[in-house]
Amino acid sequence: MKIVVLAKQVPDTWSDRKLDLETGMLDRAVSEPVPDEISERTMEVALQFKDAHADTEVVAVSMGPEDATKTLRKMLSMGADSAVLVTDPVLAGSDVVQTAQVLAAAVERIGADLVLAGDQATDGRGGVVPAMIAELRGIPVLPSVDHVEISASEVSGVVQAESGALSVAAPLPAVACVTEKAAEPRFPNFKNIMAAKKKPLESWSLSDLGIQAGPEQASVRSVMVSAQARPEKQAGPKVTDDGTAAAQLVEFLAAQRLV
Amino acid sequence: MTEQNEQNRQSTASAAPILVLVEAVADGRPSSMAAELLGAASLVGVPVAVVTAAPGAGQGVAEQLGALGATQVLVAESEQAGAQLGSVQVAALAAGVGQFSPEAVLVPNTPESRAVAGRLAVRVNGAVCADAVGLRWADEEVIAQHSVFGGDFTSESTVEGGPRIITVRPGSISQRAQPVQAPQIHTATLELSQGAAGAQIREVSEHAPAGDRPALRGAKTVVSGGRGLGSAEGFGLAEQLADVLGAAVGASRAAVDAGYAAPELQVGQTGVSVTPDLYVALGISGAIQHRAGMQTAKTIVAIDKDPDAPIFEIADFGVVGDAFEVVPAVIEQIQARRSG
Ligand SMILES: Cc1cc2nc3c(=O)[nH]c(=O)nc-3n(C[C@H](O)[C@H](O)[C@H](O)COP(=O)(O)OP(=O)(O)OC[C@H]3O[C@@H](n4cnc5c(N)ncnc54)[C@H](O)[C@@H]3O)c2cc1C
Ligand SMILES: Nc1ncnc2c1ncn2[C@@H]1O[C@H](COP(=O)(O)O)[C@@H](O)[C@H]1O
Repeated sequence: MKIVVLAKQVPDTWSDRKLDLETGMLDRAVSEPVPDEISERTMEVALQFKDAHADTEVVAVSMGPEDATKTLRKMLSMGADSAVLVTDPVLAGSDVVQTAQVLAAAVERIGADLVLAGDQATDGRGGVVPAMIAELRGIPVLPSVDHVEISASEVSGVVQAESGALSVAAPLPAVACVTEKAAEPRFPNFKNIMAAKKKPLESWSLSDLGIQAGPEQASVRSVMVSAQARPEKQAGPKVTDDGTAAAQLVEFLAAQRLV
Repeated sequence: MTEQNEQNRQSTASAAPILVLVEAVADGRPSSMAAELLGAASLVGVPVAVVTAAPGAGQGVAEQLGALGATQVLVAESEQAGAQLGSVQVAALAAGVGQFSPEAVLVPNTPESRAVAGRLAVRVNGAVCADAVGLRWADEEVIAQHSVFGGDFTSESTVEGGPRIITVRPGSISQRAQPVQAPQIHTATLELSQGAAGAQIREVSEHAPAGDRPALRGAKTVVSGGRGLGSAEGFGLAEQLADVLGAAVGASRAAVDAGYAAPELQVGQTGVSVTPDLYVALGISGAIQHRAGMQTAKTIVAIDKDPDAPIFEIADFGVVGDAFEVVPAVIEQIQARRSG
């Protein structure tokens, strides 16, 4: 079985992430780019299957700037067999449809039985790219499953919907998106970090994929209209409890008409 | 870039149709997001609901949607409605795009439906504005408003050149549409011949009925507990205060991971985002990812033992103390105030 794990590089959620107010895009200069936590969890799901089924090949795939190799190296050191970065200057500023087209082309070239993705990236909370890839490839998608079961012929899981917990399944090939409940990512050990240095990490351009994409190519696209920073917030009083804090807090709530 | 004054310009709705995907829940009721999305649609145009149902089951839900503001309802009936996840919805919305040429298609940003938005964008050659928390009409088009990086920024986006598909964050829109007496109902039977198949739905296990507490999304008051409450039993402290305040209960990820609270109560970067009038944090340090889900609350109160906990940086009122001493006293005094 060949599993593609879609891994995204995002600004570190531990940092103060910023938007460039001119372009409405991420200000890459202010935050450290890191593998998205959900991508590490996704890789863990793939590796647990590989641990139990030795004939499994796990390929980490990312589309992003050249420095997204950092994320792919992390995936290799966790245990992926190989990695592919699709990177091309014309892809800068791609919207979700463009991103999905590129990733779908990469998935096709690799020839995956199963594509695993995170349900939502932490930089945008979009969560639509994997479903677009599924539609482009003409295969089913399992959206936001808490636990994933993988077998030789199908993938299944449970989606939390308002109507109830839906047990869903799809025959392979398919795309499945996992939530942060799916798995706790392992820490790469020294041996794997060393081994990762010898694993193949390829970089593909659009001409390697034989497609055209990116904002200039798109006839339909989403565009940013404006961006604004929220005004700084001032903290209010902070009292240390000496037995009267509860009374002061209730006074405060009453003054604000909150009780 | 739009100038600030333009951004604040009053948006007036157009006469353009806005398609709204309605999730149907058990016994054909519309989901709780239906009122919210129809309300959102009424901000920028005329709401047209799209709902899927098993053959013969559509009429009932269509009638309920008028009361929520749908002027027209497109009912897509299919044998596959309860059997395949999302496929009937994608086909129905694609048909609706053809029939109504809407200015926008609104889809709930829920685990169940956001994939529908993605698949639809590919099917009808559109693009997506993801996770909108507001909508406005300007320069003859629908603009989606977003709260980015946990509310540190707001941004606006739109789609140029094709169908505009907007996913809407649950609990973010307070506007409600005017009820419509007798919405026009169009019933269509859909064949699923086009596009990718959806996942098969094998089983639906209904959630245990929610108690009397308000839902977390959209709640006016939220009381959240963190790892500092120490145990599932200790977490009861947050529930007690919530009940006194008529509040919804939330939790930090650490509290969820420790099993003190149910996963759907998680507030933050990867949980629910809330903007209540009052947010009370008990034993929550206020890690940046937690703040990302609640820092836009109007008033924030924090009770934490650690005077250096980052939650105090954004608290309008902070108490450095033991929640197990402070909270019972707070409850007692609120009750005394009410009876006095
Ligand atoms: C990608 C990513 C996404 C994340 N998403 C989320 C998210 O959505 N939501 C979220 O919450 N976190 C999220 N986190 C985790 C986050 O970083 C923190 O680990 C988490 O919020 C900590 O929860 P906590 O404040 O309950 O626990 P802690 O940080 O352990 O804080 C517990 C607090 O309780 C106080 N305390 C202890 N005893 C008492 C007492 N008796 N009375 C009063 N105070 C007491 C302590 O002083 C301390 O400040 C995410 C992390 C990452 C990397
Ligand atoms: N540029 C990308 N490179 C690799 N994977 C991606 C990319 N964008 C999105 N994905 C995948 O899609 C998931 C959801 O991302 P998003 O749709 O951006 O919220 C991520 O967790 C990844 O698995």
